[in-house]
Amino acid sequence: MFSNFLKELKNAPFAAQLGVFIIIVYLIAAIFAPLIAPYAETEIIGDVWEEMSSKSWLGTDQIGRDLFTRLIYGARNTISIAFVTTILSFFIGICGGFMAAVIGGWIDQGMSRFVDIMMSIPILIFALMILSVLGTSTPVLIGVIAVLDSTRVYRLSRAVAMDVVVMDFVEAAKLRGENTWYLMSREVLPNTLAPLVAEFGLRFCFVFLFISSLSFLGLGIQPPTADWGSMVRENSGAITFGILTPLVPAAAIAILTIGVNLVVDWFLHKTAGIKDS
Amino acid sequence: MNSILKIVAQRLALGIFTLFVISLVIFLGVEALPGDLAEAVLGRSALPETVAAFRRELRLDLPMHIRYIEWLTAFVQGDLGNSLANGREISELIGVRLANTLFLALFAASIAVPVAVGLGILAALYRETWFDKSISMVTLSTISVPEFFIGYIMIAFLAVQTNIFPSISNITWEMPFFDRLYASALPAITLTFVVMAHMMRMTRAAIVNLLMSPYIEMATLKGLPRWRVILMHAFPNALSPIINVIIINLAFLVVGVVVVEVVFVYPGLGQLLVDSVSSRDLPVVQASCLIFAATYVLLNLTADILSIVTNPRMLHPK
Repeated sequence: MFSNFLKELKNAPFAAQLGVFIIIVYLIAAIFAPLIAPYAETEIIGDVWEEMSSKSWLGTDQIGRDLFTRLIYGARNTISIAFVTTILSFFIGICGGFMAAVIGGWIDQGMSRFVDIMMSIPILIFALMILSVLGTSTPVLIGVIAVLDSTRVYRLSRAVAMDVVVMDFVEAAKLRGENTWYLMSREVLPNTLAPLVAEFGLRFCFVFLFISSLSFLGLGIQPPTADWGSMVRENSGAITFGILTPLVPAAAIAILTIGVNLVVDWFLHKTAGIKDS
Repeated sequence: MNSILKIVAQRLALGIFTLFVISLVIFLGVEALPGDLAEAVLGRSALPETVAAFRRELRLDLPMHIRYIEWLTAFVQGDLGNSLANGREISELIGVRLANTLFLALFAASIAVPVAVGLGILAALYRETWFDKSISMVTLSTISVPEFFIGYIMIAFLAVQTNIFPSISNITWEMPFFDRLYASALPAITLTFVVMAHMMRMTRAAIVNLLMSPYIEMATLKGLPRWRVILMHAFPNALSPIINVIIINLAFLVVGVVVVEVVFVYPGLGQLLVDSVSSRDLPVVQASCLIFAATYVLLNLTADILSIVTNPRMLHPK
């Protein structure tokens, strides 16, 4: 399995290799954060906005914490929260979408019209509205974004499942008397995996950017937890003094999204042979 | 012609229904608060009498459906209630800021639309050349970058290093028009970058799609000059998707304004919304969310209707 992947990767275009490399670097930073980071997550090591030095590679932040350390821990917090949110969103969206496709009838109609209306409200406005009512804690954040984002997953999974449920083998399984859950997980899911995996990458990017934006607005992941969006916000004052380090976490966000996009492009090319027009 | 009227009427009805549901969602969102608004605002230690008095003041003692109808009719008549934070009238608070936000959005759109459509058409005409590829690289990267990153890069290089533009857009309506344009230049450029990529790619896709269709090939084979093929044959059919793309992006722009306003401390509705969410000033949040969502829905509705009306196949039914 793994050697197969390496062989594939060797023949992949440069852009895809770059994407895989970026993702691996981020994962290493996220998983081994306490080993890599020179200081503790919230340890104060110096003055406000110190210059880059051998003591702290990227200088210090607005209350004298090491920016490089915060960046490493930020990878861990931001990526894991975005990942959990995307998984939850896919679970809700795929269950709903497959159920609509397999059962059909008024359940499908009802859920689809409901999703249509949910999708006609801009997601940022919707999220701000709910966060103002429920307050900003990490579980609320994950739940709200997962539910809002699952409407997009629902659309796609319903569409791809619709193509599968009309196949003969699904009909045969229905006649055998298999229940809805069996149909969804054993008949439909294996045949819709490729587009859903590609969509997972794209939705992850969207969720990741969205959480970063909310954190930047001060309504996402709360201090003292290190997070890239709030790091930009907290340190934005330094930019007016000509210090560019606050741009580093923002660039970290951008590079990861580009990396994931490159890999998804490659994956789409390989599985579906989708060509650019 | 009748069938078009019927489709347009259907879309309008659907749009109005969506607006109604949105208002219901926004109203019920606050109702879903554990306890109620009075307890949330006054806190746990408030005396029961204070809570009761506050409830009466906010008319929370009335049943839910009556309050919803009262809230909606007042909203439609322009009475948005009072802010919880400072007791000022919300309509007065929002009025100027809404005008500021629309000013910024229009400013950004007036740069983004011509540039994006122009580049999109050029990229489609010269597709698979270095011009097309480099544009597609640049747009791909601006799509994957958070808005605030573009904003701070603008501030770092155009405001702090070179001092061309001010880094904070402090605008008032007393300022002369060109001063206001100058002060809001950086947020407008940032917004342009945010929406341009998508608009350009979709314009390109619409034109490429069209140029590959058999009737264009027929026109070319017939020996028509190239400008005639593009202007008389391709353009009328491309109009509908392009108008669609532009308006959908305007809708996106109105919402995308929120983050950019915070970056540049621009006194707009987005900034107000974010501040009210942090201070949990729910009536202001309700009102600004409803305005944002309604603008978004109305723009999308306009896109739908325009794309029906400008579609040649719809105008000349068989």
